[in-house]
Amino acid sequence: MPEPLGGLLAAPPTIVAAGVEVFSTALRQQGAGVTDVDWRPPGFGSPEDLAQLALDPRRAAANRVAVERVLAAGSVLVDVRPAREVLDIGDRVLLHSGPPLTWESASGPMRGALIGATLFEGWAPDVESAERVLAAGEIALDPCHHHRTVGPMAGVTSPSMWMWCLEDPAGGGQAWCNLNEGLGKVLRMGAFDEEVQTRLAWMRDVLGPVLSAAVRSRPEPLDVKAILAQMLQMGDEGHNRNRAGSLMALRELSPSIVAVDAPSSDIAEVLRFIGGNEHFYLNLGMPTAKLAMDAARGVPGSTMVTVLSRNGTEFGIQTAGTGDRWFTGPANTPVGLFLGDYGPEDANPDIGDSAIMEAYGVGGFSMAAAPAIVRFVGGSVPDALATTERMYQLTLTENPAMQIPIMGFRGSPTGIDVLKVARTGWLPQINTGMAGRVAGTGQVGAGLVQPPQQCFELALAALAEESRAAS
Amino acid sequence: MSDSQGARHVSLRSGVYADSVRLMQVSRDIGARDGVRAVLVAMATPLNLELAAGMGLAPEGEAKPDQLLIALTATDDAELTAAVAAVEAALAHRERSGDVQTIPARTIGAGLADTTDPVLAIISVPGPYAATEAADAIAAGRSVLVFSDGVPVEQEIALKRAAHEAGVLVMGPDCGTAIVSGVALGFANVVRPGPVGLVAASGTGAQQVSCLLDAAGVGVSHVLGVGGRDLSEAVGGLATLDALAALDADPATERVLLVSKPPAASVAARVREVADQLSVPVRSAVLSPESPDLTAAVEALLGDLGVAVPEWPSRPGTADAVPPGAVLKGFYSGGTLADEAMLLAAPVLGDIRSNTPLRPELDLGTDLRARGHVVVDFGDDALTVGRAHPMIDPTLRLEAISNLAASREPAVLLLDVVLGYGADPDPSLSLVPALRAAGLPAVVALVGTEGDPQGWSRQADALAEAGAAVFASNAAATRYALSLIGDSDA
Repeated sequence: MPEPLGGLLAAPPTIVAAGVEVFSTALRQQGAGVTDVDWRPPGFGSPEDLAQLALDPRRAAANRVAVERVLAAGSVLVDVRPAREVLDIGDRVLLHSGPPLTWESASGPMRGALIGATLFEGWAPDVESAERVLAAGEIALDPCHHHRTVGPMAGVTSPSMWMWCLEDPAGGGQAWCNLNEGLGKVLRMGAFDEEVQTRLAWMRDVLGPVLSAAVRSRPEPLDVKAILAQMLQMGDEGHNRNRAGSLMALRELSPSIVAVDAPSSDIAEVLRFIGGNEHFYLNLGMPTAKLAMDAARGVPGSTMVTVLSRNGTEFGIQTAGTGDRWFTGPANTPVGLFLGDYGPEDANPDIGDSAIMEAYGVGGFSMAAAPAIVRFVGGSVPDALATTERMYQLTLTENPAMQIPIMGFRGSPTGIDVLKVARTGWLPQINTGMAGRVAGTGQVGAGLVQPPQQCFELALAALAEESRAAS
Repeated sequence: MSDSQGARHVSLRSGVYADSVRLMQVSRDIGARDGVRAVLVAMATPLNLELAAGMGLAPEGEAKPDQLLIALTATDDAELTAAVAAVEAALAHRERSGDVQTIPARTIGAGLADTTDPVLAIISVPGPYAATEAADAIAAGRSVLVFSDGVPVEQEIALKRAAHEAGVLVMGPDCGTAIVSGVALGFANVVRPGPVGLVAASGTGAQQVSCLLDAAGVGVSHVLGVGGRDLSEAVGGLATLDALAALDADPATERVLLVSKPPAASVAARVREVADQLSVPVRSAVLSPESPDLTAAVEALLGDLGVAVPEWPSRPGTADAVPPGAVLKGFYSGGTLADEAMLLAAPVLGDIRSNTPLRPELDLGTDLRARGHVVVDFGDDALTVGRAHPMIDPTLRLEAISNLAASREPAVLLLDVVLGYGADPDPSLSLVPALRAAGLPAVVALVGTEGDPQGWSRQADALAEAGAAVFASNAAATRYALSLIGDSDA
């Protein structure tokens, strides 16, 4: 027969206490082991809503299902195809990052990227007419996330762009992401001039076809998740630092690229382009995270976050328990370091689907793996470790596939729990690039940012409402 | 070089590599210097060269991406030289790695993450948040004591159902007293280990019973508090049933005593039914007009165990002159002890008014100075808003004693003083002068043990010295107070 109450009556228990200190003092006088929790009133949420969710009998099992799906999801690169062939989008549609958006509410870099893509697709002959057709609503705008797609920064994806096509061999899911253009004056940062157009055309005409042929010629699909796991052992965190990952992707793809039937000058240019781009891997890492988080979509009773995303105006989140519903708030502006003589006044509010990396437990959540990143805000190595330590208290599980060496190879903190965010009052930590606030500028820096609390307040209230309706 | 635009420095260095983040940090720090107008310290990649050109700081000649570009403008040559030196210094700087910061757990769930068995969680956060924390413990397969009051009853039910499913126990909410494997939790006394397990829906009731068992040399195995509402119709004895089952399975427990105020009838029947199925004998010490005496329940249990009933410790008082027509003024800190006093006194004295009355029409409201027979429970929620429990903070009760003396109403003062962990470290210290000043005949139910930090005898002697009659049994104290009143009437 098992011991009653899990052995509680068999030996003096140790105590974990939250609240008034006087009891802990009395316990210490008796020689009992006492751990005091640093409890404080929740950061937000009514006590009724918090208790409703805490006591929802579905929650524990639902969150277990959600995190198991996240952990089980794999990610392999199966193809590279133009967006128009793989995405269910019409002819005059542009996808963008973050929650839904209109031209009127779009920020500078988002407008710049939309203009650039309109020009790239030949839907307008010049910038003025591009702005006109976009303002007139002649080109439909739709979030990437609505199409199992993610895009860094502005995330603007148009039909002619080549897409990484990834599959989850465990759950059968699919996810897509466009190809990374590199740094500086690039479309995703809101630049749209001749240089940007030239690069996009080369990517369409040379890079995409070469990568497509190379990927298709591989005997085995590339295991993209395995690269992400290795990156955390090599000083990358997979969001703002993708150096090791980009080199590993290059190493894996090079033999197939070299064997593609194309002019050797094109092959050389492709290899030079990839090798020169520290963030080349980001556009593979993001759909990898997207596959995992989409696998956990639609688990009633789960309080786990499936999407963290920003469109440059608003930050939006989704949860496993509330399906496709967005909970939004005004995006914060990152704090960090700036390129050249750009400064804080040049930075646009937070933008991009890339915070899917944090939803998956890497990026800012695995800051301890990449202490270099914390220096964006003048932090030190202990700050990086502390950030990850804090994120463990916001998350439901540790991902054994994504180990952080300096944390004793502890798995990355994975699966943000809306309830824990409310109770700790700590917001998720996101590492990010910064786009110039004026359309056409490009990247101005990189840094750290947090979502607005409002997203989580709204999500908590909706989850509690759903919980009441279900009970 | 220096001109009307100020001083300008552009150089390329080979064999120097620094992380781009580090370089952006250096650029920012140098840019913050007063004499510096613009600065770019970066690897000479095409992007950075373009940025430099945009700032009018393009290097001459061919630059390679593995070279470090240092480009800046300053207000004058001196500032420029200082700034370049600062760049060098910043590049040479090595930050200390430092120690890992430990981030304290913010929630019970986080606090339990790294613990090993056996662990008990104790929650004393504000009531509206208590269930959320307690749910963490249950989810982690741990029992939990909820000291907090003000927990909505539907949350209590949900917690106790979840705990039952998980095979753990919820003690409380509003559970002030428990002893688990010798560890005293909340307000509890240092009692010897023994064969009697208590299941208690009443904190001070459990303290009275466990202290008497200690005085009888018997001792307790565990005191499992279940919260004052557990035996209500709504909660249905969920924790009581689980606690009984746990004690039944506990090898250290040979007898069980259930201590509570009168339960809902249906719940009492259910509990009795379950108790009768257990292998361990269960006796009830349920306060009611029919069984008003916790001490008698302890004595009956001692009979079950074949242990002789001792003479319960006491000290005689010096109340020689009880004025005629004296009324009973019971000023209590323990709710169950106050109830017991009223149940014992009512048949003798008739109606007793109280803030926790036996019948609603006897409600005192907030008038603590009412004349006639009165019993006040200073531990009642309405009197503890914004202040500590009277077992910790005696202010309100001392005021009442002083007011009573000033009123000149003839009275016998009946008090409880509860010792043990959590309680006033030296209650006689404030009570003795108050009693001396009042000059009223006083009777004290001193609930505690010799092992308590305050020491039963030490407190009893001090109180007796001040003229009070002192009893380890609240029932004995009450009867003595009644006898004084009876004498005054005679």
